[in-house]
Amino acid sequence: MSAQALNPAAKAPAFVHGVLGRRDYAIIGDIVAPGSLVLDLGCGEGELLEWLSANKGVKARGVEKSSARVQRAIARGVSVYQGDIDGGLADYPDQAFDYVILSQTLQETVYPRKVLREMLRVGRRAIVAFPNFGHWRVRLSTLTSGRAPRTALFPYAWYESPNIHWLTVQDFEELVSLEEMAVERRYFLAGQRKVTLLPNLMAEVAVYLVGSSAKK
Amino acid sequence: MIAECSTVQFDSLTLDGGAALGPVEVAYETYGQLNAAKTNAILVLHAFSGDAHAAGISHETGKPGWWDNMIGPGKAFDTNKYFVICSNVLGGCRGTTGPSSVNPATGCPYAMSFPVITVGDMVRLQKSLVDWFGIPRLLSVAGGSMGGMQALEWAVSYPDRVVSAIPIAATTRHSAQQIAFNEVGRQAIMADPDWKGGNYYGGPPPARGLAVARMVGHITYMSDDSMREKFGRRLRDKEDFGFDFDVDFEVESYLRYRGSQFVNRFDANSYLYITKAMDYFDLSYRHQSLAAALGPAECRFLVISFSSDWLYPSYQSQETVRALRSRNCDVAYVELESNYGHDSFLVDVAEQSELVRGFLASTFEKAQ
Repeated sequence: MSAQALNPAAKAPAFVHGVLGRRDYAIIGDIVAPGSLVLDLGCGEGELLEWLSANKGVKARGVEKSSARVQRAIARGVSVYQGDIDGGLADYPDQAFDYVILSQTLQETVYPRKVLREMLRVGRRAIVAFPNFGHWRVRLSTLTSGRAPRTALFPYAWYESPNIHWLTVQDFEELVSLEEMAVERRYFLAGQRKVTLLPNLMAEVAVYLVGSSAKK
Repeated sequence: MIAECSTVQFDSLTLDGGAALGPVEVAYETYGQLNAAKTNAILVLHAFSGDAHAAGISHETGKPGWWDNMIGPGKAFDTNKYFVICSNVLGGCRGTTGPSSVNPATGCPYAMSFPVITVGDMVRLQKSLVDWFGIPRLLSVAGGSMGGMQALEWAVSYPDRVVSAIPIAATTRHSAQQIAFNEVGRQAIMADPDWKGGNYYGGPPPARGLAVARMVGHITYMSDDSMREKFGRRLRDKEDFGFDFDVDFEVESYLRYRGSQFVNRFDANSYLYITKAMDYFDLSYRHQSLAAALGPAECRFLVISFSSDWLYPSYQSQETVRALRSRNCDVAYVELESNYGHDSFLVDVAEQSELVRGFLASTFEKAQ
């Protein structure tokens, strides 16, 4: 294994291959240590968990609200339970998981701050991937149309959008420091490329690895 | 697939109530082939009125098994891949020792001298059967209703003997409502003059009481929706009300038919004993909490409930799942949409099949 593969953040290639057609999945796949115990919140049909289980040997668990998606996840062999992320983690003991993943779902939760806290209560580390509403195209859309933004990435009309909290890279950084959590790694993506400059303006998707800070 | 029922006899069984019962016969059927490593065995657990005939066509009666839509070649419990065992429960009347069996000490049926049994006792006897097969670990224990209760009991009592458990439409403890319906059934039987304190063997059985008990049972297995859909207010073979107390409505006719059919295949005393065992079932009994009671469980769980099941409502399955999660157990759970009430696990099996199929396949793969 090359040094690069061991530490992808050190000398990361600018181009990110997708996993299951998703660049954020590829990054999550890089972050997660083999053989760890992983909980995926809003896991959909369990595709990521199945991939992590097959390729990283993780013990995979998931939570999903939709009964139809839970059924497909269980049918593909992933241990998923039907439940709500907002308040649905209360039953888990502290530090039950190595990683708690929230992929493209933070903006859909009713209480994002509480969810983030709960993630780091039940997990040693949280992996949060979210769409950056600070991207220049989103800003341009609002500025030029005078309406809620609609872009290729956010195609919904405001009244149909599942995204109820619009956050940016800066917003997330602020919440993490407010909660006295520690960002261990951060990745920014635009299309298939990694973004290094002005992520709040240029990143379409951000992926954070967050841990509890030493103070806690 | 023709199914043959076999029996095996064990010398003695120690019961939760303190007594020892013996000898004990167990009626069982098997489907599929046990592999050389003995890693593909699944114990299927029947509900209250079920029996060992879970799948295939009975050699004896020509009838399909009670879960024939779930067990067989290419089905959810795929007999091309797995070795499936089903046995009649302790206290039953379909080949396993119960109150209608002859007590060797007296030469007469046990009747009410049969000891009161528990779900734990049923499972202990099943464990003897699994030992007899020489199977070190079951790939899965699976069942609906009382079968699901047995699956949970297995997971807690013999954690090193099960890789996974599939409790469907079940609970970790019988609720007041569940006990209440069982008590109505028992009272109907015991109020029948033909019951005679349980000593009716050799004479007419308490058919009216047992039929009424079954009628009440059937109502609890359906739902308001499914009854409306199946019967509505339709009249039975008549244009207008009869203005008497014969059958007017389809639903009356159905319940009477079900009641009378049941009398031919079920023993009234078994009804008393098995419902009592279900009512005693409470995994958290003598534990600080349900989570503490589930502490020994190590296996993987697939928990399923049905939206219209008001006898074993989803909240009971969710209670089980929450307690398992608090122990950080590997548990999958889903509530399936169905109009068929508690009967859903027997009749509405399309989605259930896919869940069980996928869950078993991944469990089997991981266990190899």
